[in-house]
Amino acid sequence: MRRLLLALLLLPALAGAEVRVFACEPEWAALAREIGGPLVQTSTATTALQDPHYIQARPSLIAQVRRADLVICSGAQLEIGWLPALLQKANNRDVMPGRPGYLEASRHVLRLDATADVDRAQGDIHPQGNPHIQTDPHNILAVGRVLANRLADLDPDNSVSYESNFESFSASWQAAARRWEERAARLRGKRIITHHKSWVYLEHWLGLEEVANLEAVPGLPPTATHLSRLTREFADGGADVIIRSPYQDARASDWLSARIGVPAIVLPLSVGGTDAATDLYALFDDIVARLLEAIPDA
Amino acid sequence: MRVVIVSSVLFALALVVPGAASAGESETEIELLRAAIDELRSDYDARIAELERRLAVAEQNATQSAYATQRAPSAPAAAPASGGGAFNPDIGVVFQGALRGVEGEPGEDEGFAVGETEVIVSANVDDKFTAYLTAALAYEDGESELEVEEAWVEATALPAGISARFGRMFSGLGYLNARHMHTWDFVDQALPYQVFLDGRYVDNGVQLRWLAPTDLYLELGGELMQGEGDPSGLGAYTVFSNIGGDVGTSHSWLAGLSRLEQDAGQELTVAHLVWKWAPDGNWRQRNFIFQAEYLENRDLVTDSGWYAQAVYQPLPRWRVGARMDTVALAEDDPRRYSVMLDWSNSEFSRLRFQVSRNESDFGDANEWALQYIHSIGAHGAHTF
Repeated sequence: MRRLLLALLLLPALAGAEVRVFACEPEWAALAREIGGPLVQTSTATTALQDPHYIQARPSLIAQVRRADLVICSGAQLEIGWLPALLQKANNRDVMPGRPGYLEASRHVLRLDATADVDRAQGDIHPQGNPHIQTDPHNILAVGRVLANRLADLDPDNSVSYESNFESFSASWQAAARRWEERAARLRGKRIITHHKSWVYLEHWLGLEEVANLEAVPGLPPTATHLSRLTREFADGGADVIIRSPYQDARASDWLSARIGVPAIVLPLSVGGTDAATDLYALFDDIVARLLEAIPDA
Repeated sequence: MRVVIVSSVLFALALVVPGAASAGESETEIELLRAAIDELRSDYDARIAELERRLAVAEQNATQSAYATQRAPSAPAAAPASGGGAFNPDIGVVFQGALRGVEGEPGEDEGFAVGETEVIVSANVDDKFTAYLTAALAYEDGESELEVEEAWVEATALPAGISARFGRMFSGLGYLNARHMHTWDFVDQALPYQVFLDGRYVDNGVQLRWLAPTDLYLELGGELMQGEGDPSGLGAYTVFSNIGGDVGTSHSWLAGLSRLEQDAGQELTVAHLVWKWAPDGNWRQRNFIFQAEYLENRDLVTDSGWYAQAVYQPLPRWRVGARMDTVALAEDDPRRYSVMLDWSNSEFSRLRFQVSRNESDFGDANEWALQYIHSIGAHGAHTF
C-alpha cells in the first residue's frame, strides 16, 4: 500500500521527467522518438507541408523552445530566417548554440555543395552546404548516433536505454537501407529535374543525376523564361522524372511535365509529407516506391 | 589505416585457414570458417567505411571552420545558423527611399527622398551576453545625420526564463513600436504612433522580460527608462504583456496590453492584436496578416487613436494591403485610408507603391509613394 502511494506520488514527477525535444523539422522529431521512445516528448516547428526556409517565429514556437531541453535542427542556415528569433525570445539558456541542449544535425554529416563563392545574386544559397540532409538514410543514422549521445548526456539516468535503443534502431535501419538500395538499384543513372535543390543527398545516395532545377535561381519561384528554356532543352528526352516537395507549387512542374512528356511527382521531403510517410521507415519506403512507379523498368 | 586492418585480417586468415584445412576437417567446418571470415571481413569493411565517413566529416568541418574565421565581416553567411556566433559581428545595411507626391493641399514631403539607411551590427559578446546596434544614416536639409536608434546589450544566460537588456532600445510597448522601419507594411508609420510618440518610443534604460513555462505563450516585461524629465534620473517606466498561440496549423495570433508612464506627464495605454494565416502554415506560397492597435494617451487631455490593417500575399512575390488609421484629438480627428501593393524579388528586396487619402477638418489630400527597401549583408530573423 505504502509502495503504491509512493508510486502514485512519484508518477507526476516521472511523467514530467521526460526530455523535451524541440525539432525544427519533423524528421528529427521522428528520430528522437525512435531513440528516446517514451523517455522523450517531442514538438516540431514545421510540418512536411511547410517550406522550412519560411517559417514565422510564432508565439507557440517560442513557448515550446522556452521549455525545451534539446533543440535539434538541420542547420546550415536552413532556419536562419526564424530560429535565431525563437532562441532570442525564448529566454532558455540551456538550448543556446554551444550548449549541450543545441544540436545542429548537418554538422555531423558530410555536407554537399558547400561553397566559398558567396553572392546573393546567385539566390538563396547555403555556403555551409546543402541543408536538406535527411534524404539519405545514412545521414539519418549518423545524426541518430549523435542524438543518442546527446540524450544520454542530458538524461544520464536513462543513458543505457538511449544506447540500447540506438543499437536496435541502427541494426534495423541499416537492414532497411540495404532493402531500399536493392529495390532502387535500377534507378541508378536516372536523370531528374527537381523544383528546388532539395534532393542532392537522395541523388548522391541512389546515384540519380540531377539535370536541371525548376527554379532558375535557388529559392526564387520558377520563371516563365526559365521554364520555356527547359522545355526546349528536354523536349527530345534527357530527363526521366520531375520531382517537387509537397509544399512547392505544382503548377511549374505540371506545366513542364505536359510539354516534355515526363511524369511530375511529389516526393515527401520529411515525415508527414505524404499520407504514407508516417514515420522514418515509411518515409523512405514511400520515396523509393514513388520513384520506382514514376520511372518504368526499361 | 585500411591497409593495416585488411592486412592484419589477411594475416589472421593465413594462420587459421591452412591449419583448419590440413587437419582434414569436414567440409562443413571449412564453410563455417569461411562464413566466419566473411562476416569478419564485412564487419571490418563496415567499420572502415564508418571511420572513413567520420574522417571526411571531421576534415570538412575543420576546413569549414578555418574558412569561417577567415571571412570578411561583410559576408553574413559565415555565421552559423543561429547567427552572431562568428568572431566577426554580423553586419547588415538596409537602403530605403521613396518618391512621393501630394495632390490637393501641397505638402512638404513631396519629391524624392532617400530615407533612413539602417546599419545593423550584432554579435554575441561571449557566452552570456549579446550586443546589438542600429544606426540610421539620414540626409536631410542638405546635411548628413547619424542617429543611434538602438544600442543595447542583452544578458542571455539568466535562469528561469528571464532576460535583461540595457542601453538604448525601442521599447517593448505595443506591437509596432519595436519594429524597424524596413519591416513596416506601409510606407509610413500609423497615425497614433506618429501623433502620441513622434513615431515610436525609444529611450535609454533597462528592460526585463520573463516568459512563462507554459504551452500558451505568455510574456511579461517592464522597462525603466530615462524619460523626458530629469535627465539624471529614471523618469519613465513601461509594463507590457503578450499572449499568443496557434489555432490549428494554419492560424496563429498574438495579443498584448502595455502601458507607458512618464514623470513628465504622459500616460499611454496600448492594446494590440495580430492574426496571421497561411494555408497549412506554408507561409511561402500564400498568407494573410490582420493587425490592429488601440492607443489611449493622457497628457493634460485624453486622446485616443487606432489603426487596423490587412496584408494579403496571394503569390510568393506579391502582397496587397489596406489600412485605416486615425486619431481623435480635441481640435481635429484626422483619418487616413491607404492601399499598397508590393513586390519582393527576394526576401532582401522590396518595391512598394502606396496611395493614401488623408481627411481632416482642415482639408483633404491624396498622396502616393513609390518606395524601395533593399538590404545587404547579414539580415536578422524577423519576429512574429
